[in-house]
Amino acid sequence: MGANVTIIDSGGANIASLVYALERLGAATTLAADPDEIRAAERVILPGVGAARDAMQRLGNAGLCDVVRELTQPVLGVCLGMQLLADASEEDDATCLGIVPGTATRLPASPDLPVPNMGWCPLRSTRESALLEGIDNGTWCYFVHSYALPVSEHTVGVARHDKDFAAVIEYRNFAATQFHPERSSTAGATILANFLRWTPCA
Amino acid sequence: MRDGRVVKGVRFRDHRDVGDILELAARYCREGADELVFYDITASPDGRSVDRGWVSRVAALLDIPFCVAGGIRDVAAAEEVLNKGADKISVNSPALENPGLIDALASRFGSQCVVVGIDSHAGDSGWQVYRNTGDPTKTRMAERATLDWVREAQDRGAGEFVLNCMNRDGVREGYDCEQLAAVRDACTVPLIASGGAGSMEHFADVFRESRVDGALAASVFHSAAIDIGALKRFLAQAGITVRPPPGHEEK
Repeated sequence: MGANVTIIDSGGANIASLVYALERLGAATTLAADPDEIRAAERVILPGVGAARDAMQRLGNAGLCDVVRELTQPVLGVCLGMQLLADASEEDDATCLGIVPGTATRLPASPDLPVPNMGWCPLRSTRESALLEGIDNGTWCYFVHSYALPVSEHTVGVARHDKDFAAVIEYRNFAATQFHPERSSTAGATILANFLRWTPCA
Repeated sequence: MRDGRVVKGVRFRDHRDVGDILELAARYCREGADELVFYDITASPDGRSVDRGWVSRVAALLDIPFCVAGGIRDVAAAEEVLNKGADKISVNSPALENPGLIDALASRFGSQCVVVGIDSHAGDSGWQVYRNTGDPTKTRMAERATLDWVREAQDRGAGEFVLNCMNRDGVREGYDCEQLAAVRDACTVPLIASGGAGSMEHFADVFRESRVDGALAASVFHSAAIDIGALKRFLAQAGITVRPPPGHEEK
């Protein structure tokens, strides 16, 4: 579909599968850690695997915290990238970017509710959403996480662990998924395609 | 896998060729598999690592998660596999030889990337862990009780267990539900059952009786004895919640 996507190279390890998924949709991808390149991007994806504090440190060291905060083009946070957009995370008491209100909290673990929450979970849409257009209620997506953001007014889709948590958020030009769209089969491809054509109303 | 082809043995011996990696991966993905695991069984016994050229090709093809196992002995090897697009790495014999590997992998990549595979044998002295199970001439008991190893590995940062019950491997007589239930109660990370699937009922049994998060099988899928789509419809009818195969979403 000819979209250009710049993926913030924050040193995480899930970048390859994201690149492949976007390429399957015909998008051109660039990895970037350079502030000017990211500011000039058509669309930006903030990925993330690992711990919140480390990831924030890497963004800080690359001088990218304010760059991300000030982006006005469509931005998609994926997995930890979603939590980085929030105020904070309980994980090592990390301060995050503070773009979307909320603090990521640890999922409770037991033999019947294992953590990490790793596997396929059904999504439930909570309001009209650009990202979830064409996605039926109850569609399964692939999650891998130990922390999650609580449901808020910016949540457009939820999934359930011990209780509902925010699975998809949309706020201004920032959208994010707690699951991995690049590993969520045809549903994930639809969600990524929706992001590639998303024109957020500022 | 051995030398770029998929092979399958019976009780870890006599491996037969069952097909090209990419072809098989695409088929399982299409049929509705939730995740694929690639084991390089020749890796550990020979003291070498997997040839990883194929990882990128699999990553480019698949839109479901996959895990790579075999001969990952250090952080650098794990990093290479994850950078090529694998979602998880699984360690087995190298973690038994050097349990600190689990800590190192979890702190570098996060527990969610670190699967610990356990080959467990039910014998006179209870459930015991074995290592180097890819090569019958090198397989040996690791002198650890399975449940002790599960607890230790979780404390060190394991994010998932694949428990392969060796007595059941490839013989299609059902999962070892009792052993799996005991491991389920000993850990709070995801647990995947492996070894013994022969019929659709076996899958339903292990989900019901052992409360596992996933069930892994090879023989019955490689031989097409069980179709993944049909299995998922069977499980759904049995009241077990599963992701519907792509294109068969039921509302």
